[in-house]
Amino acid sequence: MTVNGWLQILFYSAILLAVTKPVGIYVLKVYDGSMRWLAPIERIIYRVCGVDPDEDQHWTRYAAAVLVFSAVSLLVTYFALRLQSVLPLNPAHRDAVPDRQAFETAASFTTNTNWQSYSGETMMSYFSQMTQLAFHNFTSAAGGMAAAVALARGVSRRSAGKLGNFWVDLTRGTLYLFIPMCIVLALLFVQQGMIQNFHPYITATTVEGAKQVLAMGPVASQEAIKELGTNGGGFFNANSAHPFENPTPWTNFLQILAIFIIPAGLVYAYGRMVKNARHGWAIWAAMFILFFSGVATAYWAEARGNPIHAARGVDVVASATNPGGNMEGKEVRFGIANSALYATITTDASCGCVNSMHDSFTPIGGLVPLVNMQLGEVIYGGVGAGLYGMIMMVVLTVFIAGLMVGRTPEYLGKKIQSREVRMAMLYVLVFPASILLFSAVSVLLPAGLKGLNNAGPHGFSEILYAFSSTTANNGSAFAGLTGGSYYYNTTLGLATLIGRFAMQVPMLALAGFLAERKQAPETAGTFPVTTPLFVVLLIGVILIVGALTFFPALALGPVVEHLLMGAGKLY
Amino acid sequence: MLRKQLWPAIAMTFVLMIITGGIYPGIVTVLAQVLFPHQANGSLITTSTGQVTGSALIGQTFAKPEYFHTRPSAAGNGYDDTASSGTNKGPTDLKLADTLVKQAIDSAVAQDGAVRGKVPSDMVTSSASGLDPDISPANAAQQVARVARTRGASVDSIRALVGRHTTGRQFGFFGEPRVNVLLLNLALDSSFSRPTTANSSK
Repeated sequence: MTVNGWLQILFYSAILLAVTKPVGIYVLKVYDGSMRWLAPIERIIYRVCGVDPDEDQHWTRYAAAVLVFSAVSLLVTYFALRLQSVLPLNPAHRDAVPDRQAFETAASFTTNTNWQSYSGETMMSYFSQMTQLAFHNFTSAAGGMAAAVALARGVSRRSAGKLGNFWVDLTRGTLYLFIPMCIVLALLFVQQGMIQNFHPYITATTVEGAKQVLAMGPVASQEAIKELGTNGGGFFNANSAHPFENPTPWTNFLQILAIFIIPAGLVYAYGRMVKNARHGWAIWAAMFILFFSGVATAYWAEARGNPIHAARGVDVVASATNPGGNMEGKEVRFGIANSALYATITTDASCGCVNSMHDSFTPIGGLVPLVNMQLGEVIYGGVGAGLYGMIMMVVLTVFIAGLMVGRTPEYLGKKIQSREVRMAMLYVLVFPASILLFSAVSVLLPAGLKGLNNAGPHGFSEILYAFSSTTANNGSAFAGLTGGSYYYNTTLGLATLIGRFAMQVPMLALAGFLAERKQAPETAGTFPVTTPLFVVLLIGVILIVGALTFFPALALGPVVEHLLMGAGKLY
Repeated sequence: MLRKQLWPAIAMTFVLMIITGGIYPGIVTVLAQVLFPHQANGSLITTSTGQVTGSALIGQTFAKPEYFHTRPSAAGNGYDDTASSGTNKGPTDLKLADTLVKQAIDSAVAQDGAVRGKVPSDMVTSSASGLDPDISPANAAQQVARVARTRGASVDSIRALVGRHTTGRQFGFFGEPRVNVLLLNLALDSSFSRPTTANSSK
């Protein structure tokens, strides 16, 4: 570990804190309807789509809109990928995407996961990248934000279960929040060397006389929404490790900032929406503590390096000129600190883009991304999804605290009773059930074991990582696993759908239930949700729910591998 | 209830597809091509005859002893920009430890006089993209003697050239110090004579 490495991590933290409030205020204005500079475009969209923007939807109707929109856009993308060879903007003459991968890709992008079993540079046409994948990047992000804002309305209002209008939230999020920020970010990226063109691939003659084909494409526009929408699907196979997708340390900094900026701002906005700004900051603090613990652990593990490789002769001690540590699967321009930081952030949020290969991390370095996802993507989390996931944890915390003192639990003046807790528990249980059951089945089936790139406990980690990533809608991978088979395309595609919709619907139900309840005045017995005690309890609940559920599986993967690495055992 | 949402869902899909998948990338492309055409088109390096030598951002394979070598690469057969990838080998992988890393160390020891235990970590490991254009300053320093010897140049003059091509942390703070191998090797060719063919084929 180096002083500069720590300074970069601390600097990032300081900037994140500084931008939280301004971005949060912007988010507030987008969703309370007071921002209006694109009102004419909005009106046209509502008229064309037959949407009544003044309709206040009951939670069941709001959830129905979410589901139908997702189903329709998933199907459209499935067919567009299958027909890619006859659609325009295909200079490299890419064939149709195979059925299994078209299903998985459509599901994965619809759910904000962006798990990719294909290589962008050899599978997707520019048309598919731009009109299908980037379109889902926008709408899955705006859809997640809409769901989170709906929850905030449920908590703050008394409105007979009404949560706002999904179509309006979707449109406003896309128009006011994502597109303007993306245009600015994309241009900052291009200035640093990211490409943005529609040229066919270029054949270069290298200095030593060999041929090198340089992949081209509209990369920057897709990169911007990839990070701001916490989508993570790369234009190229190597994702943000590819120099055209992340050319310099400065673009790297912008990318990790872009991943957290909206989820962090949304937490502040949530505090204001429920008229308790300090509650927002308390949640922010819990998220920050978990984030910082993760990055410190990952940085320590990666800087320490691999003792087996050190024994072969690698100098793992960092100096002014030698990066040291574990540089397998990492780029020189980012080094150890920025790779550990990126890996932590991309898995805290449900982004899933990578600037280094997590599969080649040391066992503890790879454990951090895995645990981040298994905690439910609530550490800032995916845009929208992170906040509503966290509020589920808050509801559980309030419930447990209420049981401890023997009072009816209440959250911001709303009583939490059995049907609310039932929804929160459903949300909490669906998640590990999907990850652990799919992983267990995959370990037992020959089809599941066929795709492994590593033997021993690391092979198990690859499987566990894949289902954690897809269920958590993250999309990053221990990329050695060959996900391109009927078995994995189908199961991983299903895991993304379960992880999104089987969790979003109970969450919207809970929001609806809360909206039906009247606001009770705060009493001396109300558990305060703004204090350090609350922050500690919240972190405790998150860790206990996550750690107890996944510890046995983690023990079989990264934990035992760490011990074996110390003993010099190879597979 | 689901049926009532069907038309808005279909219409919204296509309207937002046009906006986010057509208009938005269109705006970005036009602005990028007007403001930063060199970068937007790949930061290409061309010879005086207009032939493309490569991109300043994408690493190339260098095997000849008169050039600085890039890192090991898992992209296709090495630095294949249509197959970007890392090895994705884990920390307890036998092939990684005893074939890939070990062979790279053996070759650094044999070719560049590296000392076991002191081999720069980026020199013997594959990058994440397989296209890493950079090497660390320690890695470059390790190769100076070989390049100087092959080209019949003084070690100091090569070292000075490496120094001029070493990029510090961006804005003095971000990232890590690095040396762009392609740009360094092009500068080598323009400042120092190349050895005779018999010599360079080794």
